[in-house]
Amino acid sequence: MSSLGNIIKKEVRELMTPATFVPIIIIAILFGTLGNAIGSIEEEMEEMPIIGFIDADNSNISHIATSIFENYADVIFNSSDLSEKEKGIEEIKQKEGVALLIIPSNFSENILNNKPGEIEIFWVMKGAGIFDSLSSAAVDQLITIINSNISYELISTNATVNASIALSPTSRDDTTYFKGKELRGISPSDVAGVLSSQSTIIPIVMMMIIIMAGSIVISSMALEKENKTLETLLTLPVRRVSIVAGKIISSALIGLILAIIYIIGFSYYMNSFQISGSIDVVSLGLVLSPSDLLLVGLSVFVTLIAALSFCMFLGTMAKNFKSAQALTFPVTILALIPMFMTMFKDFDTMPLALKGLLFGIPFSHPMMAPRALIFDDYLLVLGGIIYVLIFSVVMIIIVVYIFKTDRLLTGSTNKRLSTIFKKKN
Amino acid sequence: MPVVKVKNLVKNYGTIEAVKGISFSVNRGEIFGLIGPNGAGKTTTLRIVSTLISITSGSIKIMDHNLQKEPDEIRKIISYLPEDAGAYKNLTGKRYLEFIANFFERNNLQQMIKKGEQIANLGDRINDKVDTYSKGMMRKLLVGRALMIDPKLAILDEPTSGLDVNNAQEIRKLIKNTAKAGTTILLSSHNMLEVEFLCDRIALISDGKIIEEGTPKSLMIKYKAKNVEEVFTKVVR
Repeated sequence: MSSLGNIIKKEVRELMTPATFVPIIIIAILFGTLGNAIGSIEEEMEEMPIIGFIDADNSNISHIATSIFENYADVIFNSSDLSEKEKGIEEIKQKEGVALLIIPSNFSENILNNKPGEIEIFWVMKGAGIFDSLSSAAVDQLITIINSNISYELISTNATVNASIALSPTSRDDTTYFKGKELRGISPSDVAGVLSSQSTIIPIVMMMIIIMAGSIVISSMALEKENKTLETLLTLPVRRVSIVAGKIISSALIGLILAIIYIIGFSYYMNSFQISGSIDVVSLGLVLSPSDLLLVGLSVFVTLIAALSFCMFLGTMAKNFKSAQALTFPVTILALIPMFMTMFKDFDTMPLALKGLLFGIPFSHPMMAPRALIFDDYLLVLGGIIYVLIFSVVMIIIVVYIFKTDRLLTGSTNKRLSTIFKKKN
Repeated sequence: MPVVKVKNLVKNYGTIEAVKGISFSVNRGEIFGLIGPNGAGKTTTLRIVSTLISITSGSIKIMDHNLQKEPDEIRKIISYLPEDAGAYKNLTGKRYLEFIANFFERNNLQQMIKKGEQIANLGDRINDKVDTYSKGMMRKLLVGRALMIDPKLAILDEPTSGLDVNNAQEIRKLIKNTAKAGTTILLSSHNMLEVEFLCDRIALISDGKIIEEGTPKSLMIKYKAKNVEEVFTKVVR
């Protein structure tokens, strides 16, 4: 064998370790699941928006609007009776529609009298993620088309209206129903805008803390092994659980300090994009109460413990600093996935597989908590806290068990099993 | 009463039998040496006695504490110096001693640290970061760490490994004096001359089994050998 071949063979052998492949395999599986789920979202995006309408005007001008609805949307409710408004909204809700649009009886009369014809839109909002707002954006587009078609009609028929009405003949009055709340005067895109500005910082900060503190804890374990200090530590009169807890708590503290520094910088960055909005979030109830903030804090805390105990588990597998860096990779991915998923879709509107994946990743819960608490979804938040707490306890038990076995020093845990097996024989 | 009592100790790593039923005991203040080639099972035995790894079968008692049932009690009275041990590189030598002493002594902490400094004998360099130490300095610091706590049993794996003649001699003297002060010492070594100088009794270990045991002098007489190295060659053959 040539020298080059010899070196390649040696390098490949050294790199072909479980620590190299296991994280990549886990990530491939995660991406596979994510890909399938996003595929189902794409199918949803290609469908026409489901709407209902009431045309109480029944005029030539209102027919322009209704014909656009018929052609470009999946109309599931159609009436000319205004008293059927509640029935229409219920039907939209039941059939997972987007909105009920009402053309009042004075629609064309107003336009012809130089007043904008008002379209009342009752939105049934399902989620506040980027993908969730796609169907409402499609309805928004219909309104724009209606506006321009009526405008064309007014100009081509030489209607006696002033220029501003001719160019912009309609106005809209939005009411959004979202998670049991009736939000008057705002559209789903306004709601999504308010929620995203309120709930962007926690996922990003959470992701940063997990990655920073997690890499500290994994590296700490790796350095104990690489610097040959672990053996001494394990023979000192200190309980294994104290070693594990000590590493987790110290990494959490350092992680929090790093996060605070990060938050200060990030909030300056975010403030530069803040536009003082006209939406009164307090009167709409789109703010967190002090008890909600406490729950968010609790969720962040238990998640940090979960993340660090998971990293401790990974750290027990690290042989040296180099392998520790590879082990940080799955933690980064597991922190990034929920951050992006919660940006794109609301938990409620996700396909079941994605819901399972998101709930299963413990880092997701504080990212979902603020939005869920605004809409009083305490079940998701409390369930998440309990799940993350159980995850942390299980992880700590596993890590302490590993600390009590030979695995840390010899890479094998099977001695207890072999002892049991021997006893049975 | 022996400080260490090892009975029929077996340790398997999967299908590999690292230690195959060895028994020995070490009395108070005695220096007992495990001698053998690489892979004979010396380090595995010391790691087991240090509570680091588990026993497959057999039993170990240290000062009447059962190693399998009371590892936490045993850790209070032992001190282990691994062969290639290191220290926390971002700490100074003194801080490292302080870190270790905090696990043992709360009342006479400074006294214990002072003792560690004296044993390590690093002068002003004790206030430097461990990262800047030479291999010899590091080993002296670790010996200081291991002996400053006045352990009932000091377990030293190749205590002079990698040291030059002067440093090795200094450490050997320290070990001798520590044993005279009442600490029991269980050590392993490749260095037969070192063993002959240090140990009151030795056990020759090969392929996971103790093949001979006794005082260096009695073994040299028994095998008509000039030194322990010759004894070992004759026994293994």
